[in-house]
Amino acid sequence: MENKIWILAEVFEDKLSNVSFELLARAHNLKNKLQDSEIVSIVLYNDLSEDELAKLFHYGSDKIIFLKHNKLKNFIVDDYTRVLVNLINREKPAILLGAATTFGRTILPYVATKVYAGLTADCTILDIEEETGNLLQTRPAIGGNILATIKTPIARPQMATIRPHSTKPLKPDTKKQGELIIENVKDDFFKSSIEFIKFEKEEGDEKSITDSRIVVAGGKGFAKAENFKYLHQLAKILDAGIGASREAVDRGWISYPHQVGLSGKTITPDLYIAIGISGAIQHLAGMQTSKHIIAINNDPDAQIFKLADLAIVGNLFDILPELINKLSELKGE
Amino acid sequence: MRIVVPIKQVPETSNVKMDEKTGTMVREGVESIINPLDLYAIEEAILLKQQLGGEVIVISMGPPKAIEAIKEAIAMGCDGGYLISDRKFAGSDTWATSKILSSFIKKKLEFDIVIAGERATDGDTGQVGPGIASFLDIPALTYVASIDVENENTFVVKRLVENGYEFYKVKAPVLFTVVKEIADPRLPTFRGKIKAKKTEVPVISNEFLNLTDDEIGLKGSPTRVVKIFKPKVSREGEKFIVKSDRDIPVAVDKIVDYLKENNFI
Repeated sequence: MENKIWILAEVFEDKLSNVSFELLARAHNLKNKLQDSEIVSIVLYNDLSEDELAKLFHYGSDKIIFLKHNKLKNFIVDDYTRVLVNLINREKPAILLGAATTFGRTILPYVATKVYAGLTADCTILDIEEETGNLLQTRPAIGGNILATIKTPIARPQMATIRPHSTKPLKPDTKKQGELIIENVKDDFFKSSIEFIKFEKEEGDEKSITDSRIVVAGGKGFAKAENFKYLHQLAKILDAGIGASREAVDRGWISYPHQVGLSGKTITPDLYIAIGISGAIQHLAGMQTSKHIIAINNDPDAQIFKLADLAIVGNLFDILPELINKLSELKGE
Repeated sequence: MRIVVPIKQVPETSNVKMDEKTGTMVREGVESIINPLDLYAIEEAILLKQQLGGEVIVISMGPPKAIEAIKEAIAMGCDGGYLISDRKFAGSDTWATSKILSSFIKKKLEFDIVIAGERATDGDTGQVGPGIASFLDIPALTYVASIDVENENTFVVKRLVENGYEFYKVKAPVLFTVVKEIADPRLPTFRGKIKAKKTEVPVISNEFLNLTDDEIGLKGSPTRVVKIFKPKVSREGEKFIVKSDRDIPVAVDKIVDYLKENNFI
């Protein structure tokens, strides 16, 4: 095939992460517009069952290259890069897509540097330029104030990290099969001075905001730490992750991993419920691509309302307890 | 121990103007500050210096005006800085910027650690930190939330990832990019400001780096901006105002209905 479209799969605790399937949906869309092309999933890991790998075919992959070594169990950027660069130089893909996660946003710049590739960060729209077949990558910049479309005219591969949740995986076709290539990586690729020690899950049984379909977020309007209990209750009922504005995190009401915005996380959940958050531009940058937005705030002029599909102007302490009651009743039925 | 901190000067306001032709930012008439996320890198570098001795050197690529950012970092407690500035660098993308900064470090500065901010709040890519590490051929740990010194050149590092924290051990030389959680940036002191005023900040041009035209600036950048446009941000949503207690259940019903209609419950 002339045009190899690669996606860099992600694995977490022996399972493929959902972002891998989102990347396949993106690749599928590009394949339809790019002649003589195929979709190849690249997996770097120590061991993965064939059943698990087959999912990549079901979600759209034509081919899988599984690079296997004990030391690929944990992500060490320079080792991973040596392995991946070797494969890129051999296979010469036209396009390489990764997720805009802590993994993708670390390895891809490291790789792009080595192979002189163009790399665009955190893209939300991908397309193919008709005349040239070049990849068109569109991304928000300057806190989401502008969108920029970027291309890489000559250098190859054309690389991009894609914002998680910005697209849905295709409907899986469990009959679809493809070519599975398993390569055992040689020991001499592993030279890093970094040693993995351990992984610790986030404290508590709270959901991660980057993986949650629904995020409920609180800000200054909660007035004090104890009041965040309403947010926790609401999150529990809706099975949602908990987000927060910078003000709430700076006041110590919740820990930093929950912060949404320019100096925190950028997320794209299906539903974002902003409560007591005025909507400073820095906060909006982290959540404005959410599919649905509900906002509750007592200031009728709050910026957040400009983004809201449903805007409730009122006191959150009046509304939240009632809402929690009503939702628990409904759940009980 | 020598710690190098690459920083960027960014526009203060969030209302930045773009030159639609070149796809680059219009910097005139906008107040400039140190990229807020770089302040955490500066603070952590100073804290490590206090534990291990040595010096912290800040470097920045940018227009002549970016010298202010370097001076401010010195006022916070950094020991010296260099401005890497040349018209030829204009239009550099993240590849070319990483190339320029790493070439300077290679040529001029022996170092043990490089600490960078997670990303700049204007370009928002987060690619230059890992890019510098890659050009320097040193390992990198990104999204670092704490650095514990085990000995002179070994560190135990906590990395903030999607589902929790990863812990690593690493030896210098290494590059870290840090998140906000790592430290509370100090303010420049009066004494620091006086020191900054007295400290000479050399300006480095491409004459010193001697990079070819196809490695720097627009020509050396693999990516091209095709177009810039304004996203449509406002949504035509429904607004309901709670005017009295009687409106509270109505507001609650509106939320519940919305959740039902869109299959969230």
